[in-house]
Amino acid sequence: MDTYSVMREFADSWMLLALTVFFVGVIVWALRPGSAKEHRDTANIPFRHEDKPAGTEDGATCRKEART
Amino acid sequence: MWDYVKIAVLGVIAVFAAVAAFMARDMAYMVHAVIILLVAGGLAAWTVRGLGAPKPVIDKTGYMDDVIRAGVIATCFWGVVGFAAGTFIASQLAFPGLNFEWASGYMNFGRLRPLHTSAVIFAFGGNALIATSFYVVQRTSAARLWGGDLAWFVFWGYQLFIVLAATGYLLGATQSKEYAEPEWYVDIWLTILWVTYLAIFLGTIFKRKEPHIYVANWFYLSFIVTVAMLHLINNLSLPISIWGSKSVQVFSGVQDAMTQWWYGHNAVGFFLTAGFLGMMYYFVPKQAERPVYSYKLSIIHFWALIFLYIWAGPHHLHYTALPDWAGTLGMVFSVMLWMPSWGGMINGLMTLSGAWDKIRTDPVIRMMVVAVGFYGMSTFEGPMMSIRAVNSLSHYTDWTIGHVHSGALGWNGMITFGALYFLAPRLWSRERLYSTALVSWHFWLATIGIVLYAASMWVTGIMEGLMWREVDAQGFLVNSFADTVAAKHPMYIVRALGGGMYVTGALIMCYNIWKTATSAPAKQATPVAAPAE
Repeated sequence: MDTYSVMREFADSWMLLALTVFFVGVIVWALRPGSAKEHRDTANIPFRHEDKPAGTEDGATCRKEART
Repeated sequence: MWDYVKIAVLGVIAVFAAVAAFMARDMAYMVHAVIILLVAGGLAAWTVRGLGAPKPVIDKTGYMDDVIRAGVIATCFWGVVGFAAGTFIASQLAFPGLNFEWASGYMNFGRLRPLHTSAVIFAFGGNALIATSFYVVQRTSAARLWGGDLAWFVFWGYQLFIVLAATGYLLGATQSKEYAEPEWYVDIWLTILWVTYLAIFLGTIFKRKEPHIYVANWFYLSFIVTVAMLHLINNLSLPISIWGSKSVQVFSGVQDAMTQWWYGHNAVGFFLTAGFLGMMYYFVPKQAERPVYSYKLSIIHFWALIFLYIWAGPHHLHYTALPDWAGTLGMVFSVMLWMPSWGGMINGLMTLSGAWDKIRTDPVIRMMVVAVGFYGMSTFEGPMMSIRAVNSLSHYTDWTIGHVHSGALGWNGMITFGALYFLAPRLWSRERLYSTALVSWHFWLATIGIVLYAASMWVTGIMEGLMWREVDAQGFLVNSFADTVAAKHPMYIVRALGGGMYVTGALIMCYNIWKTATSAPAKQATPVAAPAE
């Protein structure tokens, strides 16, 4: 078979399956039980460290309770 | 030591540019060689002068904000240039006399049109994306920008890219690919810059102090990576001579057309959508002072957008030599794009839930809300126009231009203005903006300008589409092309008026940001020593 047909067959079968599984997996992963707390924390990132990076001398860390 | 290397490299570039200017086979190439000679020579001379001087000490504990300040200024400047160029070419279409005889071949519509599109997309939008991505990635990673002065290299290198592209268009150097007009050496320069930009962005993410990568960074990263891929593949070309600007595409025929629109539509998808969504996911929550409505939805929004957008390009080539199945594929994926687009719009708008009163009191949030609204509207209109039957009416008409501008002026422009108004007081350490009344003026001028623009283009687009396909009882076409041109004249005047209002609003913004930086009350110094925990 010529290169086009080989690649076309691969794209129409295994690659399509792999991409679909990855995509569905991402959605399942995002909606998995117990992710809400982590997502709430991540969603609040913009409200920390507005003026200065973390880890400067005053010892501020990012997730105060989760760091330990 | 480093300075000597720099002088040597700049010297070599300057000598090569001098030879290139002498050997040049065409005007555009010669002008570009002279520009590069002046820049490289000037930089070399500047470095030589500073050889003995002590280096300024840079405080590396804080965020790197000086390059972002420069980016805000560049965004304002190129915005006004791009909008003014657009208003001028809109007027040229309404009043052909503005294609002046004395400037023929340089300032006629055909030469200025790519100047306008590149100025607004790459100069205004690109500078806004680079500046805001540098701001956002530092704050959400809680880390200083990686790479030190590399950020300055990207900033100034990008301005050089813009100047080379713009002068090239006026002098006729183009590879005739829409939104990818710059010729081969400008493409190579942009590739170097873009890889450096990617390294800075990734380097900052790698040294982040937050355990998670905030969603805005995912959007910015996808924008940088995908634009690199698109740029490399769509610009595969062989220069005819190293001493000339002309190059020949590697692809030909329908493959070339498909590659071009795979590039073209994903430039919309990843430059004008993903990148600006990164802005939305940071600046809307910040201005509303509440986290994004649903973080889960933002993750699904991201992956769905990435997975679907990349396939939508073929809808630009309905009823051409492109096989029907490819067109159908593009059409189906375009229609599926409705879901992530509207998911993202809902996520942006609902971030305001519980703070809807801010729309009344805060003109900056009003700007962002209108931006997200236009994002929803233009991503509704786009999939509809990609359906083959609708496309047979809309394609090649002004409807397309109206659609593009409701996205570009409404979504990209307004979200950028919102971000600039957010950034200005913070970057220049001011208590607040110089004037919120002027923000309101800008808001209404821009919004009414967009409405005039989009409405007139809908009318003229559908009208000319219907006129082109009108046949009489014997099956003969009723209208000549010139009939449609004459019928469009009033709408073209309305369009130019809308553009004029938009550029006036942008000028007001420039004045407001200038006054914010120079004469708004300074921010009260916060106590430096925070209590240890």
